[in-house]
Amino acid sequence: MYPSTFTYYRAGSVQEALKLLVENPDAKLLAGGHSLIPAMKLRLASPSALIDISRVPELAGIRDAGDRIVIGATTRYDDIQRSELVRQVLPILPEAIDVIGDLQVRNMGTIGGSLAHADPAADLPAVVLALGAELKAVGPDGERTIPADQFFVDLFTTALQPNEILTEISFPKPPARTGISYQKFANPASGYAVVGAAAVVTLGEDGKVAAVRVGVTGAGPYAVRRQSVEQALVGQEPTAAAIEAASQLASEGMTFNSDIFASDEYRAHLTRVFVKRALTRAVERARG
Amino acid sequence: MAVTKLFGAAIKRREDPRLITGRGNFTDHIRLPGTLVMAIKRSPHAHARIVRIDTSKARAMRGVVAVYTGQDLVDKLAPVPCAWLIPDSDLKLTPYRAVAVDKVRYVGDAVAVVVAEDRYVAQDAIEAIDVEYEVLPAVVDQEKAMESGAPQLYDEIPNNLAFHWKLHIGDFDAIWNEAEVRLSRRLINHRLIPTAMEPRGALAAYNPGSGELTIWCTSQNPHVHRLLLSAVTGLPETRIRVIATDVGGGFGSKIPMYAGEMIAAAISRDLGRPIKWIETRQENCVATIHGRDHIQYVDIAARRDGTITGVRVRAYANMGAYLSTAAPGVPTWLFGLMLQGAYAIPVIHCDVYGVLTNTTPTDAYRGAGRPEATYLLERMIDILARELGMDPAEIRRKNFIPKDRFPYTTPTGLQYDSGDYEATLNRALELVDYSTLRRQQAELRQQGRYIGIGFSTYVEVCGLAPSQAAGAMGFQGGLWESATVRVHPTGKVTVFTGSNPHGQGEETTFAQLVADELGVPFEDVEIVHGDTEMVPFGMGTYGSRSTAVGGAALVAACRKVKEKAQRIAAHLLEVAPEDLAFENGRFFVKGAPDRGMTFQEVALQAYLAWKLPRDIEPGLEATHFWDPVNNTFPFGCHICVVEVDPETGKVDFLKYVAVDDVGNVINPMIVDGQVHGGIAQGLAQAVYEYAAYDANGQLLSASLMDYAIPKASMLPVFTVDRTVTPTPVNPMGVKGAGETGTIASTPAVVNAVIDALAPFGIEHIDMPLTPERIWRAVRERSS
Repeated sequence: MYPSTFTYYRAGSVQEALKLLVENPDAKLLAGGHSLIPAMKLRLASPSALIDISRVPELAGIRDAGDRIVIGATTRYDDIQRSELVRQVLPILPEAIDVIGDLQVRNMGTIGGSLAHADPAADLPAVVLALGAELKAVGPDGERTIPADQFFVDLFTTALQPNEILTEISFPKPPARTGISYQKFANPASGYAVVGAAAVVTLGEDGKVAAVRVGVTGAGPYAVRRQSVEQALVGQEPTAAAIEAASQLASEGMTFNSDIFASDEYRAHLTRVFVKRALTRAVERARG
Repeated sequence: MAVTKLFGAAIKRREDPRLITGRGNFTDHIRLPGTLVMAIKRSPHAHARIVRIDTSKARAMRGVVAVYTGQDLVDKLAPVPCAWLIPDSDLKLTPYRAVAVDKVRYVGDAVAVVVAEDRYVAQDAIEAIDVEYEVLPAVVDQEKAMESGAPQLYDEIPNNLAFHWKLHIGDFDAIWNEAEVRLSRRLINHRLIPTAMEPRGALAAYNPGSGELTIWCTSQNPHVHRLLLSAVTGLPETRIRVIATDVGGGFGSKIPMYAGEMIAAAISRDLGRPIKWIETRQENCVATIHGRDHIQYVDIAARRDGTITGVRVRAYANMGAYLSTAAPGVPTWLFGLMLQGAYAIPVIHCDVYGVLTNTTPTDAYRGAGRPEATYLLERMIDILARELGMDPAEIRRKNFIPKDRFPYTTPTGLQYDSGDYEATLNRALELVDYSTLRRQQAELRQQGRYIGIGFSTYVEVCGLAPSQAAGAMGFQGGLWESATVRVHPTGKVTVFTGSNPHGQGEETTFAQLVADELGVPFEDVEIVHGDTEMVPFGMGTYGSRSTAVGGAALVAACRKVKEKAQRIAAHLLEVAPEDLAFENGRFFVKGAPDRGMTFQEVALQAYLAWKLPRDIEPGLEATHFWDPVNNTFPFGCHICVVEVDPETGKVDFLKYVAVDDVGNVINPMIVDGQVHGGIAQGLAQAVYEYAAYDANGQLLSASLMDYAIPKASMLPVFTVDRTVTPTPVNPMGVKGAGETGTIASTPAVVNAVIDALAPFGIEHIDMPLTPERIWRAVRERSS
């Protein structure tokens, strides 16, 4: 509960934050702080410096960019939940955020902080995977865009370089007849996802699955897409049997976490069950 | 007694505005100039020999004032005491040094202490201390600890067996041989972490000039702590003041004498400066006592009609690495004496093995022994009901001690004071709408949905007392309670109670009692507790005893005050005391109500003393030490209704009905609160909370990220009702309500889940009933 000594910097702009990052190679970026500060208090993390980017104006905010919705990295959960635009176009975000932590966490925590931290049990990684989001990062060499599929690479590890800052997350607007759902099995102690499954299903005019994306979090070391499930469903009539059969593939080829609450075997089972439940709900919603 | 308007009134807790707006005086809120901060370096190993401790780096750090090892404190502190020396059990005491000297025996055992200018420096210094360990094999499981070849915690305690306690009533073998039905099961009552909202802490301030030690600390029993601190520091009691005014919950975990508080006292004396030590939540998880951790082998003998004829139990109690202050009494007396529960079971045969392991010491945790007994019986009676094809409500009804047999002497030698067990069962069945529920259950099963109904018809022992019994059980103290009632010249009243509420709301209920007794306004009554310089020696708050014992002391003191006031009033009104009546705070002459004096007028006259006769002393106050003739025995019926999702194993709570009988109720709102909190805690044991160790003795659930304290959203809405069967044991007829919920709810929940899973052929799953455990049980039976 007593962190080691560190230096605190408050960046006024992205450029200033980048400069501070270069000058302090051991530094950590501070956004909402709801993952980093607890880790520091337990001395699981002891960065020599914190660079606070939570007040950099260009990093926060939600905007309509035509066929996409762009959310700044330091936009707080609560602001996303309250956004009318997000509620109408990407209702899965408020649905998922609703089950993150508690009110205090949602008041302070940021979307970019959660994604960059890449906690294996965080909720939003599954959602950005299912939505096919793109993540924009800025580094000393300029900007680049990372597809969500390539963003999560290992336990607490992303495709971001140590000197890069995640600046915004860009979501394609879902087409008509799209249903989205996030289903979570929460750990009763921490509230984190033991398994969380996000599904985005677009139905064709014939009622068959035109497109589907599934993301899973909590189960393994990092959030993953479940392409085998998607492939099994595309072009199919989304009957209960078809969803059940496709969901059986959800645990294939994955490594599972194991802890005192849930073994790897149980997590594999929950992955199949929650992918099924997310798909079922998404299809119901797609049908309107 | 005359039940007047305050007794029974749902008055809001007067302590709450202070406590919920951050104006409480918790230990960490107390600031003294010149205070140094203390931090404890704890062992990361469950069992190891200390080879070498290098404190040089820590000592050299800026802001570090002193560093102590166990060796540095050997002459300054006697070992941590154990004060429940259960007789006839071959009890072996554990040499328990506040800071380990040669060996550490659990993860969290203290190995060194840092005193620094601030807490951050102290933490840095803790990390800079280098301890070389020779790691030894550890043993965590109490059954394994007793096996030959198991790691030995103490050379002088073979097989890690601290005691073997026996209670053999009747000839169980004969009963067993002739029984029509015999059931044998192994049940686990797992380990829990009490997790009071306020962790433990102390601010010790030794004044080298006066030689006095004042210590603010998180205590349920300040006088007991004063006595024990005197014993371990060598300071006379008269030079120690313990203050524990606001304490943020305890659940038993703030009864024992602990290393941290002792060390703070010794170091303050050594350095002549105030020392503050506040544990972190992680320290609270590893270094404050744990509760439960019983492995029970149970044999039940019964007739085909459901009548239970005998119970035999062999229990292995995990005591942890050392015997904590009250620990030996918990799994023995507080468990074994209650093994007949609410039932007329004639033969009880109990053996308890207290086993030392490389884990955090265990001690009393809300319910303390009684939940272990109740769970065992309530689980077994359900298993018996299923075996016989009987309804779980009816098999209980069949075995109840009938209401015309009270006071009832149990085979274990207790005298159940009063009871009507069937009334609570009937009321609970009505509230839950039992027959409809059973019908729904059958219908839903057809649809592949699994709801379950679970019962718990419990009786518990409360108002822990009397002192004679305490002595016979080897408890190194009395179990009475004290109260002083001081009436001031204005008629306002200060009450000094030896009870030490730490969440129970006695500042309100006690004021209700006094206002009624003396006929003064509620607002005119002040309750003082938790300061050994102010209140008479008191035994403290635990075992649901504050109101039943401390409240009775208070009423008795009030009656002494009133008796004196009546004599004064009689003298001034020139009548005999027996010619006076007392109503609404006023003495008046019987038959001439205009001739009278208010209680306040009498109080003033008592202090003016102008007109007092020579045989009446001035002043108006009285002290009473109340030692009850018996315990009290609350009882009731809890019914839990759940739905289990067989696909995930998740339990959803549909209904929870609690019908308790705690005797007369002073403040129903506060009793409801106690019941709600108790159910939450007991339900959490059934499905959420679990102190898990790995085989090396690492506590895997040492934070609230892993240890699942229930949140409001994880609990059902409670339907709470009561029947009222007053106890004759105290003048108010109250029994105590602090632990009923915890004791009753755990088996009700487990029984509900197992009932839901009956179609799968599942008869038992050990707690906690986590989704994975349920899923595995279902999968095993389905395949």
